[in-house]
Amino acid sequence: MIRRVLPHGLGRGLLTRRPGTRRGGFSLDWDGKVSEIKKKIKSILPGTPCDVLPDTSHLPPEHSDVVVVGGGVLGLSVAYWLKQLENRRGGMRVLVVERDHTYSQASTGLSVGGICQQFSLPENIQLSLFSASFLRNINEYLAVTNAPPLDLQFNPSGYLLLASEKDAAAMESNVKVQKQEGAKVCLMSPDQLRNKFPWINTEGVALASYGMENEGWFDPWCLLHGLRQKLMSMGVFFCQGEVTRFVTSSQRMMTTDDEMVTLKSIHEVHVKMDHSLEYQPVECAIVINAAGAWSAQIAALAGIGKGPPGTLQGTKLPVEPRKRYVYVWHCPQGPGLETPLVADTSGAYFRREGLGSNYLGGRSPAEVSRVGWDMLARRHRIIVMKESGFWPGSVCFVHPQVQTAWAGYYDYNTFDQNGVVGPHPLVVNMYFATGFSGHGLQQAPGVGRAVAEMILEGSFQTIDLSPFLFNRFYLGEKTQENNIM
Amino acid sequence: MSLRLVAPMWNGTRGIHRLGGAVVPEGNQKKERKMLQFLNNHFYDVEALRGYLLQREMSKVHLKNRSFTWLEEQHGPYSAGAFFILKQGGAVKFRDKEWIRPDKYGHFSPEFWNFREVPVEAVDASDCEINYEGLDNLLLLKELQSLSLQRCPHVDDWCLSRLYPLADSLQELSLAGCPRVSERGLACLHHLQNLRRLDISDLPAVSNPGLTQILVEEMLPNCQVVGVDWAEGLKLGPEEQPQDTASPVPA
Repeated sequence: MIRRVLPHGLGRGLLTRRPGTRRGGFSLDWDGKVSEIKKKIKSILPGTPCDVLPDTSHLPPEHSDVVVVGGGVLGLSVAYWLKQLENRRGGMRVLVVERDHTYSQASTGLSVGGICQQFSLPENIQLSLFSASFLRNINEYLAVTNAPPLDLQFNPSGYLLLASEKDAAAMESNVKVQKQEGAKVCLMSPDQLRNKFPWINTEGVALASYGMENEGWFDPWCLLHGLRQKLMSMGVFFCQGEVTRFVTSSQRMMTTDDEMVTLKSIHEVHVKMDHSLEYQPVECAIVINAAGAWSAQIAALAGIGKGPPGTLQGTKLPVEPRKRYVYVWHCPQGPGLETPLVADTSGAYFRREGLGSNYLGGRSPAEVSRVGWDMLARRHRIIVMKESGFWPGSVCFVHPQVQTAWAGYYDYNTFDQNGVVGPHPLVVNMYFATGFSGHGLQQAPGVGRAVAEMILEGSFQTIDLSPFLFNRFYLGEKTQENNIM
Repeated sequence: MSLRLVAPMWNGTRGIHRLGGAVVPEGNQKKERKMLQFLNNHFYDVEALRGYLLQREMSKVHLKNRSFTWLEEQHGPYSAGAFFILKQGGAVKFRDKEWIRPDKYGHFSPEFWNFREVPVEAVDASDCEINYEGLDNLLLLKELQSLSLQRCPHVDDWCLSRLYPLADSLQELSLAGCPRVSERGLACLHHLQNLRRLDISDLPAVSNPGLTQILVEEMLPNCQVVGVDWAEGLKLGPEEQPQDTASPVPA
């Protein structure tokens, strides 16, 4: 009888408990609710509709401790290690600003994806060794619960560098340094080469060095995706926009030699949105320049290089984009499954791609080359290849058919082809992680950790990258790397 | 129920050394996993707990693969390597001796500590949790002739690239059923020129087993490669269509 007296809805609510979400509490459809409320208010208020809550989801946050300019593998690696090594969980807010979310021109995606330890500088060897162990244990470093494990598609086939008579002595001393640092590299004579790889034409080859372990090639997109996923789970902010201005404050100080020097510090970054004039000023404490081939532009925004030439103020960042082409060709009678990445005496290199007799190769950019800031062309450049004599002269490819080709930029350091790492002496809170001239991808984990250590501890802790600091451009001390691919 | 999985799925509390979903029946398993994923996405506590359990599984594997190379100076490399294998649950065979296997409680006879100079001929490490670091101990056995790494869940392409120091002696290698070995790791077996028998059957991570078998056979001309029958994927031509059983057999 009581049930009949009470109104229908109230009776059901009072006398029965329904399973499901608690009414009035946190609901899973928060965004939907907000838009419903906005619509209701619009319909109630007279006159023109006004946005009660303007949509700012595409803008970066107004304050951020660290702003990483450039969302390629180096920038993401620095952000990862900053969050990994911070003392307090959630203690640092990191914002990664990337101009192009499709990564269509970024060097990372267009890279051949090789990793090797055959360098002449011990620092480079150590960076590559650390990166190899990072990639090997990538599912421990970049583990995200509920996400499937990453498959880097790593081919541990090694690198084979060929040297002519005049380079043989340099190669021997390089291999000695590499073995000292712990890389597993061995030297091969032309006879041993012919035994092992009968498809090599050993004419003009005096010596070869072959990497046995921790060398090969992998999929750079997978690494990028894994880093992005892990960073999102660690709470790093991502923003698609372009950095157009740095607002700096300066301070004049006296050096010990009684010279006046102006120290600058960036306290605001203006991030402009795509296809609009809208920009967001982001207050920040530290800026990391990981903009790859375009790092010089970002450095110029901060006033680096604006001064009389020959002084520290006038020393520009000598990183410029260098285009290099990669070709994929099919050759049915080509070298077999055991083919390493072979780099010729002329600077040309090639490797296998997949199981189907496809090969991928290119040539390192020459010392001086004309570069335009045009779009990267993706046409078949058969004519260009023949003219520049690209075909790796030491391997006979019979009837190859070019399938496709693409071009990518190296962030080429015109000074000494090695990376720039660490703070700028005058713009005190800009840190560089750029200029690696073709081996940025393989050294990214090590460099990211080094920059994070520099920021958090004040000095390099694990691998000492002091030869890669910015000062060397002013002092004229070249840290030359002889093996670039 | 195909065995083809590119990479094993993390199964959270189940432990990462299971094939994780490859050979388990559908139905109940899927519902449980969906529930677990839902809880994981909505509650930080569940996510933290799963993360902690995963870390614990990984540190267990690291502990199993710790280095035993310090035993080398006291007992010689062969005993040190054999001890590592036996502790993992595998079996070893010294030259001219019988196989030494741990029983179901993990105990094994300590007689091998006396075999200082006797090299180990064969190792059966099937279903053991050997990983890249653990291979440090395995590579102490310089004169190994036969190695079986069947169904080892942590043996992957990186591990295969470490096997080249055994090139002089290794004659038989079995990788059947390893979930993480792909054709890219098989490419670095070309160092093992003395190999006479290689078993690469049942590798779920290999994308094209037939073609891989042909390429591996080309790479190792003196080796008998046991694996997939490479004709299995080929389509039959019209004249080779299987005959209807009702039709008369031509005389």
